[in-house]
Amino acid sequence: MGTRNPVTWLGSPTFPKAAREALADTQLRQNLRKATGTIRGRRAAAVAEMTDWENLRLAGEAIKNDVLSRLDTLLVQLEEAVTARGGVVHWARDAAEANEIVLRLAREAGTDEVVKVKSMATAEIGLNEALEAGGVKAIETDLAELIVQLGDDRPSHILVPAIHRNRSEIRDIFQRRMGISVSDEPAELAEAARRYLRQKFLTTRVAVSGANFAVADTGSIVVLESEGNGRMCLTLPETLITVMGIEKLVPTWQDLEVFLQLLPRSSTAERMNPYTSVWTGVTPGDGPSSFHLILLDNGRTATLADSVGRQALRCIRCSACLNVCPVYERTGGKSYGSVYPGPIGAILTPQLVGDMHDPLSASLPYASSLCGACFEVCPVRIDIPQVLTHLRAEAVEAKGRTAESIAMAAAAWVFASASRYERAQKLGSLARFIARDGRITSLPWPGSKWTSSRDVPAPPAESFRSWWRKNRGS
Amino acid sequence: MARDEILRRIRAARVPAAAPAIRNYNRTGPGGVELFAERVADYRAIVHVVTDVPAKLRELLPGKRIVAPDVPSSWLIDGVEWLRDPLTIDELDGADGVLTGCAVAIADTGTIVLDGGEAQGRRALTLLPDYHVCVVRADQVAASVPEALARLEPTRPLTFISGPSATSDIELNRVEGVHGPRTLEVLIVT
Ligand code: SF4
Repeated sequence: MGTRNPVTWLGSPTFPKAAREALADTQLRQNLRKATGTIRGRRAAAVAEMTDWENLRLAGEAIKNDVLSRLDTLLVQLEEAVTARGGVVHWARDAAEANEIVLRLAREAGTDEVVKVKSMATAEIGLNEALEAGGVKAIETDLAELIVQLGDDRPSHILVPAIHRNRSEIRDIFQRRMGISVSDEPAELAEAARRYLRQKFLTTRVAVSGANFAVADTGSIVVLESEGNGRMCLTLPETLITVMGIEKLVPTWQDLEVFLQLLPRSSTAERMNPYTSVWTGVTPGDGPSSFHLILLDNGRTATLADSVGRQALRCIRCSACLNVCPVYERTGGKSYGSVYPGPIGAILTPQLVGDMHDPLSASLPYASSLCGACFEVCPVRIDIPQVLTHLRAEAVEAKGRTAESIAMAAAAWVFASASRYERAQKLGSLARFIARDGRITSLPWPGSKWTSSRDVPAPPAESFRSWWRKNRGS
Repeated sequence: MARDEILRRIRAARVPAAAPAIRNYNRTGPGGVELFAERVADYRAIVHVVTDVPAKLRELLPGKRIVAPDVPSSWLIDGVEWLRDPLTIDELDGADGVLTGCAVAIADTGTIVLDGGEAQGRRALTLLPDYHVCVVRADQVAASVPEALARLEPTRPLTFISGPSATSDIELNRVEGVHGPRTLEVLIVT
C-alpha cells in the first residue's frame, strides 16, 4: 500500500493530547452528556422489551463469526449474485483504489456532483476529499453529516456525526451557510434541511452510499436510515455506487431477521428505524439503471488475520458502545483522531492502520477504563476490553517503554469528577481494577505523568501493572 | 488483481470454522391487528381500523391530487384528481399524496413493507409526495420480523417503513419530518 490510511486524520495528536483539550471544552461535555444520557435510557427500554435479547445477541455473534470464517466464498457468491442481477462489482485493496473507482464512475456518468447517503466506509476512505481533488463535489444528505459538512467540521460519532453540536449551534451553522433565518426548534431545523436538499435530490444523477448488510446468496444490499435521504439517493439517480467493507456480509436472507432486530434497538433505540431499503442489482423501471458495488479491504484482511482482534469485524456500527462509554462521554469523538471513535474506534482504528509505531494508533487502546460497559451493550458481543488489552500488549511491544503509550494506562484521569467516576464503576466492572482505598495519589513513572497534578482515581491498571511487572527488572 | 489479492489475504488469515448459529430467539409473537395499530401509532403515523376502504378515502382525499399505482378500482373515488404513471419527478413532487397497498406488515415493530408489487408501484411514487396513505389488510400483518422476512421475496426492491420520515440527529431525539413523506396514514382493513 505505502500510502497512509485515511482512517485517521492527518496531523491528529495522540489520544491523551487531544482528550486534554476536549476536557477543557465544557460546552462539548454538556452536549455529549445530554445526548448520550438520553439515548442510553431509551436504548435500555427498547432492549428490555425483548425477552429474547441475549439469544439474538448470541445468534448475531455466531452469524458474523461464520461470515468471517468463510469470507472468501461468501464474497464470491455475493459477486455472482449481484452480477447476475445487472450490477457491477469492483474490488478495492485500499482507500486510494476505492476512491479512484468512484471518481472514474462519476466521470463516466458525466457529472461533477454526487449526492451521498451517510456511510462509514466512505468516511473512512476520505472519499469526499478525494472526489473534491478530482473536481467532483460530494453533497452529504444525512442531517448530521450535513451539519458537519456545512460547519467545516469533523464527525464525532458513528451514528450521529454532529452529536457534539446542540440545537443552537446547528441553527447558527444553518443560518450562516444556507443564508436563511431559522429558529433552534429541531422540527424547523429539519425543515430547513429538507428545503436545502430537495432540488439536489431531484436533479443529481449519481449517488454514493454505504451498506449496512449485503446478503451473499441473493446479492441484496440493505441500508437502514431515518430521514428518507437514503431512499432519495437509492431511488432517484440514474447511477448508484455503493462502497462496503468486505465484512458487511450475511450469508442468507433469513440471517437478516437477527440484525434487523438488533441494530435499530441498539443504535437509535427504536423498535424499527423509519426506513430500510433493500435492492438487488438493477430493477428495470424502478430506481437506478446502473449499480456499482465496491468491495473494500483497507486493512480488514490484516485485521482478520489477528485471532483476537478479528472480532472487531463483527461490528454493525450501531454506536451503542460509544453511548455508554464514560471515556467517550468525557472526551468526545474527535479526540480519537479518526472517523471511528469510542470503544469500537479504539480497537478498530489501530487495526485498520496496522502500524503500532504510529503514535496515534498506539495511544488508542489506552483510551479506555476497561470498565466493560461496551461489551455488555454490544449487539454482536464484541469483547472490546479483551481486544484493548491485546492491542496494548502490541503497542508496548512496538514502542518499548516510550512514555506516551504506557502513561495512558492511567486513563482514569478522565474521571476527575468523583460522581462520574462512581457512575463509571456502576456501569461495569471497573471496581476490580481499583487500588484498595479506591484512590491513589501517586503512580510510579510513567503513570506519574498523570498523577502529579491531581489526586486521581486508581487507574484501570491491568495492562499497566503487568507491563510494569514484566519490565521493571530490565 | 485487487480481487485476487483480497481473496488471497482472506485465505491466508486462516480463520477457523465457526459453530452454526443457534436460532432459539422468538420466531413469532402475539401479533394481531391491534398490536400493529398500536405500534404504528407509537411512531406518530395516523391509524384507522376500517371495514370500508372507499368510505374512509372519501373522508381523507377529496379535492387532492393523489398518485395511485395499480390500486383496486373501488379505491379510485370521485372528487380526487388521480395521477397515474408515467409521471415525471416534478409531477410526483407536486402531488399532494400517494395511495398504496403493501406487501407485508409487522405487528411487533409497527412496520409496513412495500415490494413494488400489486397496488404499490415503483419506489419513487411513495417517496416524493409528502403524504402517504397505505392500506393494510389484516391477513398481511405478520407477527414478527422473522415471520415478515419469510414472506418477502428479497430480490424485489423493498422498502420497510416505520412511521413518517424522522431524524434523531439533533440531540439524539426523534423528530418527525425530514425528506420522506411527513404524514403517514395507515388504513387497517378488518
Ligand atoms: S462494537 Fe458493538 S456496540 Fe460498538 S458500534 Fe460495533 S456493534 Fe455497536
